[in-house]
Amino acid sequence: MIHSLFLVNSSGDIFLEKHWKSVVSRSVCDYFFEAQERASEPENVPPVIPTPHHYLISVLRHRIYFVAVIQSEVPPLFVIEFLHRVVDTFQDYFGVCTEAAIKDNVVVVYELLEEMLDNGFPLATESNILKELIKPPTILRTVVNTITGSTNVGEQLPTGQLSVVPWRRTGVKYTNNEAYFDVVEEIDAIIDKSGSTITAEIQGVIDACVKLTGMPDLTLSFMNPRLLDDVSFHPCVRFKRWEAERILSFIPPDGNFRLLSYHVSSQNLVAIPVYVKHNITFREGSSQGRFELTLGPKQTMGKGVEAVLVSSQLPRGVLNTNLNPTQGTYTFDPVTKLLSWDVGKINPQKLPSLKGSMSLQAGASKPDENPTINIQFKIQQSALSGLKVNRLDMYGEKYKPFKGIKYMTKAGKFQIATR
Amino acid sequence: MSTNNLSYNDQGGSDSAVEVGQETTPTSSNAGAGFGLFSTNFKKNDDLKEMLESNKDSLKLDAMKRIIALIAKGKNASELFPAVVKNVASKNIELKKLVYVYLVRYAEEQQDLALLSISTFQRALKDPNQLIRASALRVLSSIRVPIIVPIMMLAIKEAASDMSPYVRKTSAHAIQKLYSLDPDQKEHLIEVIDKLLKDKSTLVAGSVVMAFEEVCPDRIDLIHKNYRKLCNLLVDVEEWGQVVIITMLTRYARTQFTSPWKEDGLFDENSETAFYESDEKKTKNGDEKKSYMMDPDHRLLLRNTKPLLQSRNTAVVVSVAQLYWHLAPKHEVGVITKSLVRLLRSHREVQYVVLQNIATMSIQRKGMFEPYMKSFYVRSTDATHIKSLKLEILTSLANEANISTILREFQTYVKSQDKQFAAGTIQAIGRCATNISEVTDTCLQGLVLLLSNRDETVVAESVVVIKKLLQTQPTQHSDIIKHMAKLFDNIAVPMARASILWLMGEYCERVPQIAPDVLRKMAKSFTSEEDIVKLQTVNLAAKLYLTNSKQTKLLTQYILNLGKYDQNYDIRDRTRFIRQLIVPNEKSGALGKYARRILLAPKPAPVLESTYKDRDRYQLGTLSHTINTKASGYLELSDWPAVAPDQSVRNVEVIEPVKEWAPSLGKTGKSKLSKSSDDKFYSDSGEEKEKGSGSSSSEDSSSEGLICMCTFYKDHVGQLSTNLFLRSYLLPIVCGPGERLHGFVSKQVPVSLSLFSLCILTPCPLSCAALLLQVSGPAFVPEKSHDLLHRMTGKGLSAQYQFPRQPCLYQPTMVSVQISLTNTTDHPLEQIHIGDRDPTGLDMHCFNAIECLLPEASVTVSLGVDFNDSTQAANFQLCTKEDQFSVSIQPAVGELFLPATMTEQDFRKEQGKLLGMNESSATITMAAENTTRQPISRQVATVANLGVVPSGQDNIHRFAGKTASSGALVLVTVELRELSAALITINTEKSVMGPMLLRDLKRALARA
Repeated sequence: MIHSLFLVNSSGDIFLEKHWKSVVSRSVCDYFFEAQERASEPENVPPVIPTPHHYLISVLRHRIYFVAVIQSEVPPLFVIEFLHRVVDTFQDYFGVCTEAAIKDNVVVVYELLEEMLDNGFPLATESNILKELIKPPTILRTVVNTITGSTNVGEQLPTGQLSVVPWRRTGVKYTNNEAYFDVVEEIDAIIDKSGSTITAEIQGVIDACVKLTGMPDLTLSFMNPRLLDDVSFHPCVRFKRWEAERILSFIPPDGNFRLLSYHVSSQNLVAIPVYVKHNITFREGSSQGRFELTLGPKQTMGKGVEAVLVSSQLPRGVLNTNLNPTQGTYTFDPVTKLLSWDVGKINPQKLPSLKGSMSLQAGASKPDENPTINIQFKIQQSALSGLKVNRLDMYGEKYKPFKGIKYMTKAGKFQIATR
Repeated sequence: MSTNNLSYNDQGGSDSAVEVGQETTPTSSNAGAGFGLFSTNFKKNDDLKEMLESNKDSLKLDAMKRIIALIAKGKNASELFPAVVKNVASKNIELKKLVYVYLVRYAEEQQDLALLSISTFQRALKDPNQLIRASALRVLSSIRVPIIVPIMMLAIKEAASDMSPYVRKTSAHAIQKLYSLDPDQKEHLIEVIDKLLKDKSTLVAGSVVMAFEEVCPDRIDLIHKNYRKLCNLLVDVEEWGQVVIITMLTRYARTQFTSPWKEDGLFDENSETAFYESDEKKTKNGDEKKSYMMDPDHRLLLRNTKPLLQSRNTAVVVSVAQLYWHLAPKHEVGVITKSLVRLLRSHREVQYVVLQNIATMSIQRKGMFEPYMKSFYVRSTDATHIKSLKLEILTSLANEANISTILREFQTYVKSQDKQFAAGTIQAIGRCATNISEVTDTCLQGLVLLLSNRDETVVAESVVVIKKLLQTQPTQHSDIIKHMAKLFDNIAVPMARASILWLMGEYCERVPQIAPDVLRKMAKSFTSEEDIVKLQTVNLAAKLYLTNSKQTKLLTQYILNLGKYDQNYDIRDRTRFIRQLIVPNEKSGALGKYARRILLAPKPAPVLESTYKDRDRYQLGTLSHTINTKASGYLELSDWPAVAPDQSVRNVEVIEPVKEWAPSLGKTGKSKLSKSSDDKFYSDSGEEKEKGSGSSSSEDSSSEGLICMCTFYKDHVGQLSTNLFLRSYLLPIVCGPGERLHGFVSKQVPVSLSLFSLCILTPCPLSCAALLLQVSGPAFVPEKSHDLLHRMTGKGLSAQYQFPRQPCLYQPTMVSVQISLTNTTDHPLEQIHIGDRDPTGLDMHCFNAIECLLPEASVTVSLGVDFNDSTQAANFQLCTKEDQFSVSIQPAVGELFLPATMTEQDFRKEQGKLLGMNESSATITMAAENTTRQPISRQVATVANLGVVPSGQDNIHRFAGKTASSGALVLVTVELRELSAALITINTEKSVMGPMLLRDLKRALARA
């Protein structure tokens, strides 16, 4: 399956390589570099590149390309999914997944990669199993190891590896037993210039942080499970129970995990929480353009819209801007032509606006496209779809856990066309 | 700190040091620095060697970490091989692991030296720790040294029957490694694969199927017997294994089952109608077409894979989607749509692959994705390859109903700043225009408008597309051609200019005034044009010469002359050819007559179709499908067989729990059989109860009768209740009547309770007490039970154990352990028994296999374990028919004793013999309530199974017992001192157990 892995940084240097079968020369990456040169943006490098003897499958995350070398037929998603899992694991272990972090922890990285694949086939990808095999580096542990000579490497086969609940280790103990669930919804929308919605959909996830002793068996039920149109589960969720009763029944992994991701059925009309009034004009022959933007809340169920960030890629002809925000700060990068306005919280009494002029390249013709406006925002304590957790129960253990549920709505890919 | 906090950057010196010894220096290294530090570097290299040869593990580990950092960077560290390989047997596990990593990397280059390490691995293969066994096998099989092939073969075979499923999994991986090293071993390896395919562990399934796919994918016959098992295990297999198994089963199903698709077989061209009508047709033709009955095994596969569409692993979802696409009846394929659309929210790379698959599907089945059309709308933030895939799909989805929406969307795309994407959109509009005749005119008008766009690429692409569109219906559109001729001067893109020229030539009769004029302009600029434009100019000239020679003769000759001396040989060739063809001269033969027919032949219109049109020749979701060429190792998906091969090959002798898959077939004989066996079980137990109560009511029933009953049950019923029965019967023998008995038998077992009451009524009949003279009944039996197997880990089977503190029936040296098993699932569990035990483990007497445990039922069985007077855990596997669970019984030290009775005198005498080394004592502060005899006795008895020795003094309490296994005496004295202080003294020749018991007693007595 996966033959070798190369890690390439944004300047095109291979800074780590690992081989699971016989060694593949790093010159194989030349084909990748060629593709990289052809691509205008880093994201445009095709994920699958055939070469005469190998196939290169790559993912780009945190500005690092993870390039896997494949020699024969394998489902490409298998490799892609695995590479993303590697990145997630690194992030889990080192907090960040940057070139510096990987270089600093190169030995742990190597040990991890060794455990994750055997002969190119995934062996242990569950984070709790890996953490029993190789303990994540912390400053304290490094000090202790230096003094006592103990190691970061587990000597016993992790219990999860053999059990039917590989995601949970046995013998978990906490003094405070707590279970927190975050219902986070993202709204994706494309709004046209007149303010009407072209598409809008809501995707949500339930992220959990469960710190419970022993082998708790949790059930979580919703007030309105009908809202959930399509779902995907963490392997711990019992699918049959969901099918029959629409109840999430599961033995949770220890720590943080994503319990569920869902899609809200498209029959429900999506309430768009913000509106934008815009007036962006370029006049033919003039070196000035007008720019006006006003934001306002709409259908937010009484909750405030926070952390609003507006960004827009202005046309190439724009040299500079001279704008006045009523609140927040705005920046314009004359090189990338990226305008971004950090609005903060929207006050419904005094709507934030950004007005002013743009100076255009003299003599250049009027840009034929008006910019697209991307908006990010957050609404606390509310799930836009109206999804509500009914109750959370625990079986199998005797103590009383502390339970908490939080709701939040965020903008996903929220675009407004001004043309 | 500095040693562990080893970073890449401060390795500069040693890195280049190693480079010195190597022939090819990686380009990334700084050659200048390396040269300048030549001498010092060499020393640092020696330093690594020295560190590796030192005695200190920490130094060695440090050196290894630096070496690994070198390997990770791609530097050559092979010259350290001899120094590294010496450490392969190190005790430090991290060091050992790093050495393994090194070894695997360089063994191929240093084969002779690598052989030095082999014996270490062979030894490690016998290690009691499964992790060590597995990692030894992993490394051994990863060393690509051909000489050790026989050793590897042997190790693989051995590991394939290891008791740990993890080791078996490793052996499945090793199969592939050995195969790639030496393909001649294929036959032997197939044997191992066959063996492992039969394995019931979910851990092994994925890996062995992977090995199967790599070594012998054509040996479908190996799968038959395991097919149903694999289908049933699938949900529990780890996600990577699921992908492999599903892919394999897709191929398998295509060879074994008949097509569930309609008579006309493969997909229709106009799939749209096929989809919409499929339901109708089904109902209409339902009666006539009953001839097709889906094989229940086929249905089983579809049913068991469906839940996996909800997997978080995108690879699993797509593999299920392709399975449905290739195997499911057409009207069922729709279930995959939602899941595929969901994946579009995932990472960019995932989107790319999923969109490719959707693109292929959407060509054949528009209906599947049409409701989700908006999910394919392009966002300005999408990567270019994603955008073009979405365009592709939108184009495929276009039909009369939605075309206006799609075109409106396309209009905004055309204005995109990404011009490559805009060009792609124009092509897409062209495709829509040809496919849907209603909108052709609208599209053409739109494209003509684009001709005045400021961007060159957009205009050029429009020209090319208009050219193609006009070819389909040239008659009505001479005005468009005229318009394009007008624009000609402003267009600089060669391809567009060439297209216009071609159009002029092809339809020169429709624009008789303009065409010669265009040719005139071209003649002027001929020399400065691109090659492709020149070729078309020559073509135009030739065509005009034929149709309108009066006006263009001179122009043509001029152009032909220019072409004759062009730098490009293609143009020279073309010119020469055209001249011979059209200009009549003495040399030109018969061909000249046909010049008009050759050049102005009516040309078929190009068909604008998707590049994904024929991708379905590859199995969806595969690499070959993604790159649209056959990847090495791609396995063809065969066509459905016309007649299904024998179905019975999949039958397995043992009844599989798969009855529910065929409800449509009515109750099969099998399910009836099992039902009746269930009934039998019920009736048996009822009978048993009756008999039990019957005998308890008749008080005079003799013990002999009871024994008879025991044997009767054992012989005729053969169920575990016998065991239970037997034990509860023998209870009075050991305890004597009137002893405290509660908590001995778990209360949830009604059968045992009724029997138990019977036992109490029975007077102690046998004089076997003489045998147990030394050993008395337990003073106290704690009710505390311990978890053996949690119901979660045991898939619904829960087990608890407790120590009944009875002498073991099976062997006097054993400690008896009572296990209560409960079935918390909703289906009966069959054949619960003890499987493999730890190889180094303890002597055990197992209970008889439990044939069947009904839902919600519990049963109690007893075991005998010879713990060898140590608190080492007894590890074994608790197996049901389907699963096996590793469990362990961990005895507290106090449970390893049997209580003994003796006089105070004897006690003192024995204590006198066990002084010095054999005595351990401690002074503690007693909890206030523990200062009298009663509580002290109780506390001690709770901790340890000891008998009370009558004592003359109020402040001294004595307890005695002997160890179960070796019979060594254990004497405990608790002497109360003033102020609730107490001295605990333990005398025993078991110098390990003494302190352990002391610790436990201290804790118990000090506790409030």
